[in-house]
Amino acid sequence: MKRLTDERAKILFEHLSKYIGTNVKQLIDRPDGTYCFREHRDRVYYVSERILKLSECFGFKQLVCVGTCFGKFSKTNKLKFHITALYYLAPYAQYKVWVKPSFEQQFLYGNHIPKTGLGRITENAGQYQGVVVYSMNDLPLGFGVLARSTTDCKTADPMTTVCFHQSDIGEYIRAEDTLF
Amino acid sequence: MDVVKEVLAKHQKELDKYKPITVEKHLECRLDLGTLLITDPNDFDDRELRDNKEEYLAALTRDNTQLLVNAIWELSTERVDESIVAKLPEPTTKWVPTYGFKRAEAEKAKDWVLEVPQNADPNTDMFQKKIDLRNEKVAKNEIQRMKNIVRAKKIDMPRSVAKSSTASVGKFQNKLPKEKEARGLGIKELIPGGKRKQSHITQTPEKEANLDLIKSVLNKKPKLDVDKAISMEKRGNRLAREAEAENEPTKKGNKKPKGKGSRKAVGKKSKGNHGQRAPGKKAQAGRKRR
Repeated sequence: MKRLTDERAKILFEHLSKYIGTNVKQLIDRPDGTYCFREHRDRVYYVSERILKLSECFGFKQLVCVGTCFGKFSKTNKLKFHITALYYLAPYAQYKVWVKPSFEQQFLYGNHIPKTGLGRITENAGQYQGVVVYSMNDLPLGFGVLARSTTDCKTADPMTTVCFHQSDIGEYIRAEDTLF
Repeated sequence: MDVVKEVLAKHQKELDKYKPITVEKHLECRLDLGTLLITDPNDFDDRELRDNKEEYLAALTRDNTQLLVNAIWELSTERVDESIVAKLPEPTTKWVPTYGFKRAEAEKAKDWVLEVPQNADPNTDMFQKKIDLRNEKVAKNEIQRMKNIVRAKKIDMPRSVAKSSTASVGKFQNKLPKEKEARGLGIKELIPGGKRKQSHITQTPEKEANLDLIKSVLNKKPKLDVDKAISMEKRGNRLAREAEAENEPTKKGNKKPKGKGSRKAVGKKSKGNHGQRAPGKKAQAGRKRR
């Protein structure tokens, strides 16, 4: 477990702010103890300092995962969030998309959301805005990026993609081995 | 008579030797007695300057010096140990050294106020920014110098090595913008005794550093998103129109649903904003939007 370099930390915070905006601060500035981001085998983990200290006992090779895995850095320094980050993204999300019950399964199989599958959407979301996807009874299902702005959605064809799929809770089964 | 003439001639000669103490100038000279400085704003006489330069310049210097001495004599004088002493006033001209001792200080005094650009955060320290910019330039120049040396020696050398070949093993060399981390043998490895890995838990307040970083990320100047601006404007207009329509309980509004539309149409209320719109079909039901 090592500290993120300044460069990577910046990439991480920029990426986070795409989904949760100014709420990034809440992740660092927590009343219930110090939490920090750590890197281990190119993956970013969000850990409380208490757990981190305990993890010191283990060597690099023995350690698989500590805390919550937020995502993975590619070789070209691009960050991709894993579904495990949803636990922290969902409560702070500023822009949300709700899918219809009929489309929930499709989404959980990794498909983009077309307009027909769209139940509700937050007002004033721009194009390529990071959003958290919910089912109609407010259960977070995953996250993605808007392909159309909210206003464009209203006039779009029913079959056009409204939201690009990035990650969904189906990955807990589908990508079990690479998640953590 | 000869004697008188001789005496007069001698007197004239003596007068010639001493030039007059009054000097005529087209423009008045600026005097700063505190630093014994005189500045002559008058133009040179071109012809004189060309024909007999040395004499002309010497004469000009004498005249100006005379002016300075005149001004000194106008000051209050006193006698100290058989010599006449004048007390000079405070200097009005401030020397700004072009280089060397106290130059940086003079520079600082020159830029005592800096403009904050309109798009910047009003709390940014523009002075610090200026210093940073300068440091970056220095670092860049240093690296270029190193690269030049390497090129001159015709050796292929990674930039990290060039960077770490200063007296302080590159410890104080700043990173270039967009500089990539060296793979393999980097600067860290070249510093004797330096650790490659940082400790997991740090003494430095990581939280503060992170918060600063977040602040800088969030404070990035937002690009003017035309689409978003238009959509927001549209939304505002629509809300205004809807509010207006609701405030207008006209007979027309009451009559309309009764007069027109069948029972079915009345029963099926339009879903504002939630319905799916079929672009081919023209919607008849629902409130007419103006």
